[in-house]
Amino acid sequence: MNLGVIDKTDTGSTPDENLVRHEVEAVNKKGERPPLYAPRKKIHPKRTYGFFRTFKWWVMAVTLGIYYITPWLRWDRGPGAPDQAVLIDMPGRRFYFFFIEIWPQEFFYIAGLLIMAGLGLFLVTTAVGRAWCGYSCPQTVWTDLFIWVERFVEGDRAARIRLDKAPMSASKAFKRVIKHAIWLVIAMGTGGAWVFYFADAPTLFVDLVTLNAATVAYATVAVLTFTTYTLGGLMREQVCTYMCPWPRIQGAMMDEESLTVTYREDRGEPRQPFQKNADWSKRGDCIDCKACVVVCPAGIDIRDGQQLECITCALCIDACDDVMARIGRPRGLIDYDSIANDQRRRTGEPTKIRIFRTRTVLYFIAWGMIGLAMLYALLNRADLDINVIHDRNPLYTTLTDGSIRNGYTFKILNKARRERTFTLSTTGLPGIRLRVVGSQEVGDLAVPSFTVGADRLQSYRLLVTAPAGALTSDAYDLRFVLQDTVTKETATYNSLFRGPRK
Amino acid sequence: MSDQNPSEGRPVDDFTGIETTGHVWDGIRELDNPLPRWWQWIFWGTVVWSIGYWIVYPAWPLISSHTTGMFGYSSRAEVARDIADAQERQKVHLDKLKDASLEQIRTDAGLREFALAGGRSAFNVNCSQCHGSGAQGFIGYPNLNDDEWIWGGTLDAISHTITHGIRNADSDEAHQSDMPAFGRDELLDKAQIGDVADYVLMISGQSGDGAAAQRGKPLYEENCAACHGDAGEGNAELGAPALNNGIWLYGGDRQAIVDTITNSRAGVMPAWGKILDDVTVKKLAIYVHSLGGGK
Repeated sequence: MNLGVIDKTDTGSTPDENLVRHEVEAVNKKGERPPLYAPRKKIHPKRTYGFFRTFKWWVMAVTLGIYYITPWLRWDRGPGAPDQAVLIDMPGRRFYFFFIEIWPQEFFYIAGLLIMAGLGLFLVTTAVGRAWCGYSCPQTVWTDLFIWVERFVEGDRAARIRLDKAPMSASKAFKRVIKHAIWLVIAMGTGGAWVFYFADAPTLFVDLVTLNAATVAYATVAVLTFTTYTLGGLMREQVCTYMCPWPRIQGAMMDEESLTVTYREDRGEPRQPFQKNADWSKRGDCIDCKACVVVCPAGIDIRDGQQLECITCALCIDACDDVMARIGRPRGLIDYDSIANDQRRRTGEPTKIRIFRTRTVLYFIAWGMIGLAMLYALLNRADLDINVIHDRNPLYTTLTDGSIRNGYTFKILNKARRERTFTLSTTGLPGIRLRVVGSQEVGDLAVPSFTVGADRLQSYRLLVTAPAGALTSDAYDLRFVLQDTVTKETATYNSLFRGPRK
Repeated sequence: MSDQNPSEGRPVDDFTGIETTGHVWDGIRELDNPLPRWWQWIFWGTVVWSIGYWIVYPAWPLISSHTTGMFGYSSRAEVARDIADAQERQKVHLDKLKDASLEQIRTDAGLREFALAGGRSAFNVNCSQCHGSGAQGFIGYPNLNDDEWIWGGTLDAISHTITHGIRNADSDEAHQSDMPAFGRDELLDKAQIGDVADYVLMISGQSGDGAAAQRGKPLYEENCAACHGDAGEGNAELGAPALNNGIWLYGGDRQAIVDTITNSRAGVMPAWGKILDDVTVKKLAIYVHSLGGGK
């Protein structure tokens, strides 16, 4: 065993062989006098094993799986409609999501979804800290993947540090080229998958490969390839620390009961190098091996307390648990815990985890209410809608026979995937006649009918005439009722009929 | 409380050990963390990039002009190009409009829709100043939504009126009509004019002095009926408005009618055929005809 000895070489072997003390400094080491501009300190995160590492692999597999596979799922919508399960059809101005089809004027569904995502994020942050950052943020997931590639090609931490220091050689160049090539392939795959959400995936794939796709598709792939490669491969923790606003916002979401990755100072201090047969009652459990620092993808020391840079990926928990197991101390020196529990321990109170607090309950209620409202709106979504816009100029027209005419722009939104025939009737002013202006003019009828094609918005100009002497007031509420001749479904619109001042 | 950093005299934050900027806002101090070096490079990179803009694009104002850039780019030229592109794409439809008769355009759904869209915008640019944005008209400028037409409401009549205009010197075929100024030229005296006005009120369905109207009837038949018709039904051939309904170009109350008979009226309209191309005139005719009063 090699305990308590500073091992500058860091064997880089699997953790079962021996326990080492790492030579490492946190990138944001306390008390350092900073210059105006600081060069980046390169971080070489070490491989970890444990519950949270395994959990993160699963999250990565699921999130990347959803991202890459979704555009390829099919969903039959009948003839003439796209059969892609999730499709953002910009030229056709439709958004398809499995059984849901959204028109541009129904964008509030997306707004509702985004509000729910926001409140959900608040809820999760209040309950378990920056779980979004640590597990499911694309920046974290792709960075994790890129580090995995780096480790696969160049080896673990010690080997990578050696490689960085080594002079350029054929073997070093080869490893570098392979690493960047794999990164670029992943980055291109990421950009490539993105464009499939905006067009029929199989068709676009063939077009992309045969160089027949639109310029915008190639440009999008190129931009996303560049950003994925740069942000996930090269910039990594710099994005979270310096570019992302979310860490700042999340600070305001958390309270003293929020669970977050915490070093138990009361248990760990005073830290001392490991000594065999030491009396644990006289020292802290922390053996200052810095295993928590070397695994950190942000390069910080969690023992300095909660920090802006910490994305709570929990890898330091795995690393520390592993060390505790070796030295025969209980796990959880670094663990999900709250500031309140730290206080309770100091005063001798029993610790507790309080997930249900006013804050979390209110967030959940707000989140749930918006969710229910959106669900209600979605389930009751009509596939028929009308808009009637009364002419502003002129408000009314007097005809030679003394009758009064009003003009309207009349729009029928047939959101169903079939051609439908409707009848239009009115209430509020008896005796009026309707005329639909068009190439085939439909004469003065009480109840005209319209045929609107599948999945179409049809606009008409409508002239409504009241006979001479019929008006006793200068304004009437006129209600338009459109009815499907087959299903009897109706859509109504309350408008006005104006006449000369009486 | 902050310690003073002895070397520079700047306060240091206790918790992080990092210098602060020295400002305090409601007890909150700002850590003076270093900016990452790469951020600084990106800043310089954007500065260099902007110099590229000066070279490639118009940038610096000079005394009487400006630097034009390497490729002579101008946003005005780009707009002109876009308009030319749009016109190029419209050409196929415009050619169809050019060859089609007005009636063909009206009864063909596609042509009609295209003509209406163009007609609406041409109307807003050229006609709405007098006739109103909704073609609702004003005193002296006819409402084009109703079904009374001084010079005829068929597609061809509307097209002729737009092309040649009314009482102008620009076109030989401009509509010409001259109503005498019965009062000013002393063809009728004041009392007679009042009697005729009462008669016109009567045939238009309004209430007036019955006895005066009876006195005005022979005067009307002698002086007015030749153009306006025996029953006041008007005559589009001569540009004589109908007097037997509630639609008035210059107002239908007694005073307005008296004024009209006394001084006559003679509105003008330019010959748009001299200003606009044939296709635009066709679009305008289709649009005006569609407003609701077309015959």
